[in-house]
Amino acid sequence: MYVAVKGGEKAIAAAHEQLSRARRGDRAFAELELAQIREQLALAVARVMSEASLYDAELAALAIKQSRGDLIEAIFLARAYRTTLPRFGESLPIATERMTIKRRISACFKDMPGGQVLGPTFDYTHRLLGEMGKAADEENVASKPGVPASCKMPGVAHLESLASDATASCPRVAKLLGNEALIEEPPSPSHARPGDITREPLGFPAERDVRLQSLARGDEGFLLGLAYSTQRGFGRTHPFAGEIRFGNVEVEFEAPELGFSVPLGEIEVTECDMVNQFRGSANAPPQFTRGYGLVFGQSERKAMSMALVDRALRARELGEEITAPAQDEEFVLSHSDNVQATGFVEHLKLPHYVDFQAELFLLRQLRREWEERHAAVTATQQPSREAAE
Amino acid sequence: MSILVVANATEFAAAEAALGPLPGFRHLRRPETGLLMLRGRIGGEGTKFNIGEATVTRCHIVTESGTEGAAYHLGRDLGKAEKAALFEALTREPAWRDKVEAALLAPVKARVDEERRTKASETAATRVEFFTMVRGEDPR
Repeated sequence: MYVAVKGGEKAIAAAHEQLSRARRGDRAFAELELAQIREQLALAVARVMSEASLYDAELAALAIKQSRGDLIEAIFLARAYRTTLPRFGESLPIATERMTIKRRISACFKDMPGGQVLGPTFDYTHRLLGEMGKAADEENVASKPGVPASCKMPGVAHLESLASDATASCPRVAKLLGNEALIEEPPSPSHARPGDITREPLGFPAERDVRLQSLARGDEGFLLGLAYSTQRGFGRTHPFAGEIRFGNVEVEFEAPELGFSVPLGEIEVTECDMVNQFRGSANAPPQFTRGYGLVFGQSERKAMSMALVDRALRARELGEEITAPAQDEEFVLSHSDNVQATGFVEHLKLPHYVDFQAELFLLRQLRREWEERHAAVTATQQPSREAAE
Repeated sequence: MSILVVANATEFAAAEAALGPLPGFRHLRRPETGLLMLRGRIGGEGTKFNIGEATVTRCHIVTESGTEGAAYHLGRDLGKAEKAALFEALTREPAWRDKVEAALLAPVKARVDEERRTKASETAATRVEFFTMVRGEDPR
């Protein structure tokens, strides 16, 4: 517990002044523009949008700038801003099967219908610092706007037709095994209103829709650690990356005053369908089960971690023994929100003077009592020792 | 409306410059920004769940000749919402329909299509064919 303190106004104002100067840095260098952050630090922007649970790239860029690149602080700022806006309603569910694909891979099927496209990925790069590729050469980009040189190479003349394939609707990989019932179907659509943790506080046991909403805004690092723990044997789920796709999906909204659905523009999302081994139970035959991840922007690590943790949290539903942290929904969901976590950890910095004085008083009293008891014991032992001698 | 959603400030300005003064209008709902809860489906096709919110801006106007126009788009651009609502109304006024089509909708559509084609061919260039190698067998 901390209690209100008075004073310090001047020092606080001066500290904020200093923060503002520190944020600006050396004025010999140009100030960052929001568009530069949005365009060139797109993955930081994606993380802020995802964990702030607010899709708005400009706002996320502003939050990153204001927080000096402290992403959890940026997420906090975006969450706080969100509370100032009214809610107009809920979108129709986004149709990820109609995604304009920018990347789509499967670790299960090398020849999946629709093909695999790598898109903008760090995979297969050599991780050599300073090596940013030809596109980093501005002259090169400026002289050849649009189609990269590789598209015009001889022998890849069929790229035009491939280009139209890439945007065609790609069937889900999970469907390939669906016919043999070797892979579970997702829970069938219902008309029930999904739970919303921004409206009703999280309760336990939590349904899967609520768990997914909570995981979608969960801290990437925390979920990554939990996902990793399941791979190392703490609630093992034997996962395969069934399909990961990243691209644009249209957002549609049924505006009450218009009476029909309207397109609002596109958002970027990353989706991960994790396929997991399952031995079967008394009620279910052996088949592959699935974990699902869906996050704003390009964030494969987060989408994969989310899918792994989603699957681990289905232990109760699938009749698996709950032995590991990643399977414990109360543990996972209560600690995955980094705004809550940082609030409670960092509040320890705030004045706890009265609290500490009370502890100090108690400790002094306990110490006094202990010393008195100790002295008494020593006093009773001493005469008997003398007698023995 | 799907084209007006992707039109940018430069394109609205260019259309206005080409069309001359636009008809007067009044607001039925002033431009305002709020939130929309975005939904997904478990496994992409199952039960609905809430992913997170997005900022959305809307505006509702009526032109002096009585045509209503509405706009809804992602983001917080109040000016764009008002312009989009006005142009949306004009696409339903016979005197304006063709002019708006030529000065605004057609160029925006051409730009978006071109961007899509470029992106699609960039993406297609990263299409990959993996081959499975046979392991541990000595060539004879």
